[in-house]
Parts: sequence; structure tokens; C-alpha cells
Amino acid sequence: MPPLDRSPSPDGASPTSVNEPRDDARGNDAPKMRAEGLRAFFGTTEILKGVSLDLARRQVTSVIGPSGCGKSTLVRCLNRMHEVVAGASVRGRVTLDGRDIYARDVDPVLVRRRVGMVFQRPNPFPTMSVRENVLAGLRINGLPIDDPEALVEKCLRNVFLWDEVKDALARLGGTLSTGQQQRLCIARCIALEPEVILMDEPCSALDPVATAKIEELIQELSERFTIAIVTHSMQQAARVSDFTAFIYQGELVELATTDDLFTNPKNRRTEDYITGRFG
Amino acid sequence: MATASSNDDPAAPGAEAAPRFDREVNVGDIVFRAVTAFAGVLVILALALVVVDLGAASGRTLVRDGASFLGARAWDPVHGLFGALPFLYGSVVTSIAAVVGAVPIAFGIAVYLTEYAPLWLRGPLGFLVELLAAVPSVVYGFWGVLVLVPWLRTTGEPALASALGFLPIFQGPPVGNGMLAAVLIIGLMVLPTISSVSREVLSAVPLALREGAQALGATRSEMLRAVVFPYARSGLAGAVLLGTGRALGETMAVTMVIGNRPTIAASAFAPASTMATVIANQYDEASGAHLEALATLGLLLLALTVALNVAARLLAVRTRTAGSALPPRAPRASLLP
Repeated sequence: MPPLDRSPSPDGASPTSVNEPRDDARGNDAPKMRAEGLRAFFGTTEILKGVSLDLARRQVTSVIGPSGCGKSTLVRCLNRMHEVVAGASVRGRVTLDGRDIYARDVDPVLVRRRVGMVFQRPNPFPTMSVRENVLAGLRINGLPIDDPEALVEKCLRNVFLWDEVKDALARLGGTLSTGQQQRLCIARCIALEPEVILMDEPCSALDPVATAKIEELIQELSERFTIAIVTHSMQQAARVSDFTAFIYQGELVELATTDDLFTNPKNRRTEDYITGRFG
Repeated sequence: MATASSNDDPAAPGAEAAPRFDREVNVGDIVFRAVTAFAGVLVILALALVVVDLGAASGRTLVRDGASFLGARAWDPVHGLFGALPFLYGSVVTSIAAVVGAVPIAFGIAVYLTEYAPLWLRGPLGFLVELLAAVPSVVYGFWGVLVLVPWLRTTGEPALASALGFLPIFQGPPVGNGMLAAVLIIGLMVLPTISSVSREVLSAVPLALREGAQALGATRSEMLRAVVFPYARSGLAGAVLLGTGRALGETMAVTMVIGNRPTIAASAFAPASTMATVIANQYDEASGAHLEALATLGLLLLALTVALNVAARLLAVRTRTAGSALPPRAPRASLLP
């Protein structure tokens, strides 16, 4: 397993080198990520009040719940993005392949290379071309790129964007349509070969056609990546995910297979929420 | 009205009046609009008047003998010789040197305040920097006369001469009053302009882009280099231009320390003069061709500073609309102080 601590590896190679064999062999049943008693704060306000949940390996886990319940905060704690906001803090444990990413000697920067993130609003870098956007993560991290053209094509094909932009690779990232921008952001994320992809309402700024493309893409990507997706749409959760977690007022109410959660909720509050009685 | 029976007046209380959309004349609105429009026009008129009057006072020196006026080195009012070159040289060299010196520090302040400083420090430190801009020019000048110039004469310039004396600019007698003192004072005075505008530009870089870079595993400095600086590039250039404009126009403090001699010397220790300082020093004893020459210098100075401000504004606007619909990290005030 690649190290997460701050000491640079002796040969200077990155722990997330694209060619490195991944510790994700099929048949490995241990959860990819696990939160234990996770508490998150903004100042003194407690946003997450002790959440424990598992992200199953190479599965899609969706996180649903009413606005303000802490579902975005939850995924932002999984790649240590919560703490970049001034005044934000985290307590509890989050493990990635058994390793606590909040341990003292863990470099959050290395965590984020292995746990990628896609945001609510597409945020391609506007000063970079489509091509440079795909390569941005590797360039920022100073990783070697053997064949940039091939990598760009591969990543853009993976997000079903290649045919649409193959003649426009030099255009600025911000000139694409919103749906294309979001797929470009996913391409930028997977170019770093993360092991987990966190998606924070990735379709909320998109139209239904673009949304359908992203959902298809999520299915495709779950062959290779462990995915957590925050969504405000229960239909979307039902369509794309294998597991669904219901968060309410900073607590995990229920985590079950998506089929179970929607057809046979164990908890009364889950049932109220999915049947539209509140939220 | 079909429902009206006992009372046929639709305006009477209780009656169901048909809605009326007739255009009405609102006198208050018209008057208010006229007053505010007048205030707006006044600004344009004032600027136009300044240009026209300066142009008239210059006696069309630029039209009559533009090249020879701009290119002549001699400035001798007693013998009727008026050449602008020493002042152009003094203004341009002191301004550029001051800005070159101030930019790294100003950018450093801006980056520290927007990216690194702890939250509790950002407000007070930012306020202190802005306060530097609020100190009256004459106070800087007085400090220059009392502290900076004597120190340069006794310590600073001799030290420079002995360490770097092989360079022509650090040769010559350590006078104190001169280019170097002016450059230091101007640099101090443009620091808040450049740093506060840069700070605004940097904080206008959308949070979504910063987080996008961080989520890719960028450290803070990698994020700055890859995303923030490229996005803010033109705005930062605008900040530098604004600072240059401020430096060119700086008068009072510069007059007090620059030595006021219309000469072009290689040495940074030597006294010099700028367009702004020569006008301030000589306007009240000037008449005829002398006054025309000063007015011409005034016109040139005005044109230069206007051009720099317009360029700075254009660059700032480009940052604000750099092809992204993402909201800025912080709401921004006007880019011009």
C-alpha cells in the first residue's frame, strides 16, 4: 500500500504513480474506507455528530439527506477537504485501507491524491486548455507523464468526452458546456488514478441529458473506483448506487444496500424521508 | 361598471375600481434624476476643464516645438531655456525603480494576507497596510528629511559606495538628498496601493478553483502557482500599473528629499527633479515661457497617469471576467482606490 506519511520516498517517485499496481484486487472484501465516530465542526457548531460508515470497495455508495444535514461535510471529511476552510475541524477516525488518514504523521496532500473529488459546480481551471486541465493533477504534483497525448485521450474517453472535444483540446476549459465541464473535471480527477472518487452533488448544476451521461459514467467508473456520491435526488441514488446512507441532522440514520433502504427501510425516519413526509 | 348600483363613482371608497395603469408624471423622480446626473456630468466637466486650461496655459508648446522640448536637457529659466528631459528622466526612473523595489514586498504582503495569515491577523494587518496609504504625503516627506536623508548621507550611501562602488550608480558624493532618497520614499508610498489592489485581486480568485486544485493534491504553494496566479495575472499587472501611476504623481514627499536640481546624473546619490516636483517648486515665480513649459509638463504628467490608470482598469476588468462563471471567493470592492 502506498505510504501517506510526509517522508518523500527515496527515489522521488510519487506514491500514486499511474503504473503502480493497486491494492484493489477483486475478492478483497474489506471496506475501502471506514469512518468511525466522525465528528466535524465549523467553529463550535457540530455538523457531524459521530458518524460511522463504510465505503464498500469498488461500489457506489450514495449519501442522501435533507439540505444542511451534513452530507457534503461527510464526504469532505473523507479526503480532508473539510479542514481547508478556516475554522473547520474534525475529530474521530477515517481509515483508507485500514490506515487512519487523520493520524498525526499523515500528509493531507497525499490523501487527496488517492481520494479524488468532484464538486457541485464544474470547476475546470479557466486559464488552462482542455488538455492541460486533464493533466493538471499530474503537473501540479510533478508526476512524470510518459505519453501526455495518450493519457489525455484515455481519460477523456473514460468520461465519454473524447468524441466531443477531440478537435478542441486547445480550447480553454471554461468554454465547454456545463455538462462537458463536469465530465472534464471527472477526467481531471481520474487522470491522477485515485482509488476513491468523492462526488458532491455532481449533477445539481446540470440539465437532464448531461445528468444522464454522468450517471452512466458513474456506473462505468465503479468497475475501477470506489465511489461516494452526495445527492439530493433519491431517484439518482436509486439509479446509480449499490449502497445508500441516509444522514439526518449530522447523524447516520441508516446505511443499507440501495434496494433495501428504499424498499424496506429499518428506521422510521428513513421511511418518512424516502416517502416524502419531510425534507 | 356592471356591479356598481347605488354609487357610480369608481374612485369612491368601497367601490371596486378598475385598475389604472396610466403613466403619471413624478416630479420628485425627475428632479432627483437631474441632480444626480448633474453630479456625474460635473466630474467629466472638471476633467475636461483641466485639460483645456492646461492646454491653453501651455501656449501650445508641444505643438510648436514638441520634439525639441521633450529632448532638450537644459532647463534654465533665467536664460529662457526649457527642456523637459531631466524631469521626464527623473519621473520615469524614480517611479520605475520604486515600483520594482515595492512589487515583491507588496505581492508578499498580499499573498500572506490572503493565503497564509491566520484569520485573526488578516483584518488588523490588512488595515495597517491600508493605513500606510492614508498617511499624508508631507508626513512621509518630513520623516524623509529628518531621518532618511541624514541616515543616507552618513551611513547608507557610504556603505553602498564602498560595497558596490564599481557601479556608476553608486559613485559620487553621498549627498543624502537625491534620487535614492526619492526612490525609497516613493516605494514606501506605493506599497499600500499595490498590496491592497493585489490582495483584492487574489481574494477574487474563485474558491471553487482553489478547492479544485487542493482536491488534486496541490499544496498551498502548488495551488498558488498552478491556479491562483495564472487566474489573477492581469489583475496583478493592473495593480503594478496603478502603483506606477501613483509613483509618477507623487509630489510633496519627493520634493522634500530629491534635491530639486534639473540634472541627469548617473549616480543615484545625486540630486534630481521630477515633472511633479519642478511644477510644485517653480509655479509661483514663473511667467511667460517658463509658465508655459511648466503647464506642458503638467499636461504630460496628466496624460501619463490617465493612460496608466485606464490600462490598469482594463486589466482588472479582465481578471474579473476571466471566462468563468464561478463566484469570487470574497465580494470585491472597486479596484481603484
